Amino acid sequence: MIVAQNLTKKYGRQIVLNIENLEIPKGQSFGLVGNNGSGKTTFFSLLLDLIQPTTGHITSNGIQIDKSEAWKPFTSSFIDETFLIGYLTPEEYFYFIGELRGRNKADVDTLLSNFQDFFHGEILGQRKYLRDLSKGNQKKAGIVASFIGNPEVVILDEPFANLDPTTQIRLKGIIKDLAAKQEVTVLVSSHDLIHVTEVCERIVVLNKGEIVRDIQTSTETLRELESFFAG
Amino acid sequence: MFKRFVSLQWKSFFRSSSFGKGMAVRILMLFFALYMMVSLIGLGAGLFFALQKVFPNVDPMLKVSEFLIYWVLIELFFRYFMQKLPVMDVKPLLMLPIKKNDIAHYILGRSGVSFYNALALFVFVPFTLVLLAKGYPPLNVIAWLFSMCCIVLFINYLNFIINKSDKVLIGLAILMAGLYALEHFGIFSVSEFMGGLFYRLYQNPLLVVVPLFLAVGCYYINYSFLRDRIFLDASLQKKSKVAETSDLAWTKRFGSIAPYLQLDLKLIWRNKRTKMQVFMSLAMIFYGLIFYSMDDFGPRSPMMVFVGIFMTGIFLMNFGQFIPAWDSEYYSMMMAQNIPLRDYLESKAGLITVSIVVMFLLSVPYVYYGWQALWINFSCAVYNLGVNIPVILFFGSMNKKRIDLTKSAIGNMQGTGAAQFLVGIPLFGAPMIIYGLFVVFISFEAAMIALTVAGIIGFAFRKQLLDSITEVYRKKKYGMIAGFKEKNS
Repeated sequence: MIVAQNLTKKYGRQIVLNIENLEIPKGQSFGLVGNNGSGKTTFFSLLLDLIQPTTGHITSNGIQIDKSEAWKPFTSSFIDETFLIGYLTPEEYFYFIGELRGRNKADVDTLLSNFQDFFHGEILGQRKYLRDLSKGNQKKAGIVASFIGNPEVVILDEPFANLDPTTQIRLKGIIKDLAAKQEVTVLVSSHDLIHVTEVCERIVVLNKGEIVRDIQTSTETLRELESFFAG
Repeated sequence: MFKRFVSLQWKSFFRSSSFGKGMAVRILMLFFALYMMVSLIGLGAGLFFALQKVFPNVDPMLKVSEFLIYWVLIELFFRYFMQKLPVMDVKPLLMLPIKKNDIAHYILGRSGVSFYNALALFVFVPFTLVLLAKGYPPLNVIAWLFSMCCIVLFINYLNFIINKSDKVLIGLAILMAGLYALEHFGIFSVSEFMGGLFYRLYQNPLLVVVPLFLAVGCYYINYSFLRDRIFLDASLQKKSKVAETSDLAWTKRFGSIAPYLQLDLKLIWRNKRTKMQVFMSLAMIFYGLIFYSMDDFGPRSPMMVFVGIFMTGIFLMNFGQFIPAWDSEYYSMMMAQNIPLRDYLESKAGLITVSIVVMFLLSVPYVYYGWQALWINFSCAVYNLGVNIPVILFFGSMNKKRIDLTKSAIGNMQGTGAAQFLVGIPLFGAPMIIYGLFVVFISFEAAMIALTVAGIIGFAFRKQLLDSITEVYRKKKYGMIAGFKEKNS
């Protein structure tokens, strides 16, 4: 599904990302871990064509991301709060995203009804604009918006941060479900090793822009990761 | 403690983002500030002589006293909109070992030395200097100046009390209108009565205690109110408005651009700065009155083309110059989402088109100044539609500065860069040159037709123009995304 080749990103002389070859098959739940500045967000930004690669390229479904826009209809993402439109209510935001992805209000409402639990009654029907919601609730809205329109690739940067424990557990269930039942390729980054090992079939560790571990998740994975990060 | 507060204030001023702005913006702002200072000082210095000339037999001091009540009311009215007590700034101080009393004094004290208060002094100080030079008794004059300073502070602190409710504002507006009506219909001369009171401040220096008492009293009311409310859930809480949703179903008829159009309408209506611009744009329809009522320009002067382009295109300029920076807060989402750039630009163009038509319709009454006025405004509207819309969209591609939507419009230079200064040249220059050439070498009618035809040609090639502009936006996408992310630019 997603193939990155000879991908590098440099700012001045500093190399922030250097991936020789990375393939992510369809329907995989893929976890990216690494310390601050290891290049996680850079990789995701390249995947969304928000920055230009210095060398190399990424293809998604055979489409080269920095050349064509044809990957947009089947890719959705939530990177941070800047993906939200502050002056809309959550409902309006969902409908707007829905329209962009060819879904009418009824479709969006059906999808949202599956997330009643996840929202915990704090998102819908609150008569509040997104900018006035708490950080955690903003995040919930953004994450759910990225599920609208049956995307084939979902990219979530640090989805577990700022969420309350109940929501974290629910989100884990949702992500596992997406990859297992619906053949969606889910890319998740996190600082929380426990969450990633629970959710992802495969975990890639980035350090200073390079891939240093590529692990198929097993019962040993968490210990392996912890010993790596403990130094 | 006080010294520390002062140094905090100093740093917040010099390290503020407005100081890091581009050279051009800084020079322009400096120029405006200087211009305002000079004109205020000029007013203060010239006031005495002007009054002497207009009312030869009255003591100018008495006349000034009569105006003072209106100055107080008008200043209160404007401050209501412009000046807010900056309570949010003290949030970081809360958990430090600082007494709440000190924090309250700090907030109130720093508002006492604000820019708004200095404005009045720029008038009063030169005025008193003239008085002294004219041989008025120094003790009285200086006591009077001191009274004025107290009144300025009184207004300053009174405003914060008023600011807590909208009803007071309405009351203030009614009071102003009422006083003016009383005066106008000769029922009761308010200015004479109040003038007498203010004049006494000058006659009897001892009365200086009255304004002093007012200022101190108002300060104390504010202080005791504030001191009890320095809590996160009281005055330090951000107010959030109840969201009003609307589905704007009527936009559906615009087809594929409907979702963006809805978004833009909500953008405009739900954010301070954009909303303000709509009102300012509508008010600008009166701009033409200045020129049409002046005899210096004939009805066929190129100046009228400037006025026509300006009036029908005011929203085009106000809103259009910051495309796409309006969406800067969530621009990376827009670029990662399934959004064809072409539709995005098309919807912005559509919105501006509507605004031009509306502004033209509003400008129809200018036909009072002759049919030429109507014709000029019509040609200018067509020119704006055909030529200036693509021009402003093209210049928009140079925008790389973030706009914070929640900030107010007044004096807000956020998002302003070189493009905003350059765009005026083609916007106004081209139509004025076209008009000038045709009017000199052929005739007024030919010039009007030329402008209209230019607009129609632009309209005919709209598709191609928008295509190439879309291409430019695509190329500059990465720079825009990076630029819009920088918060303090």
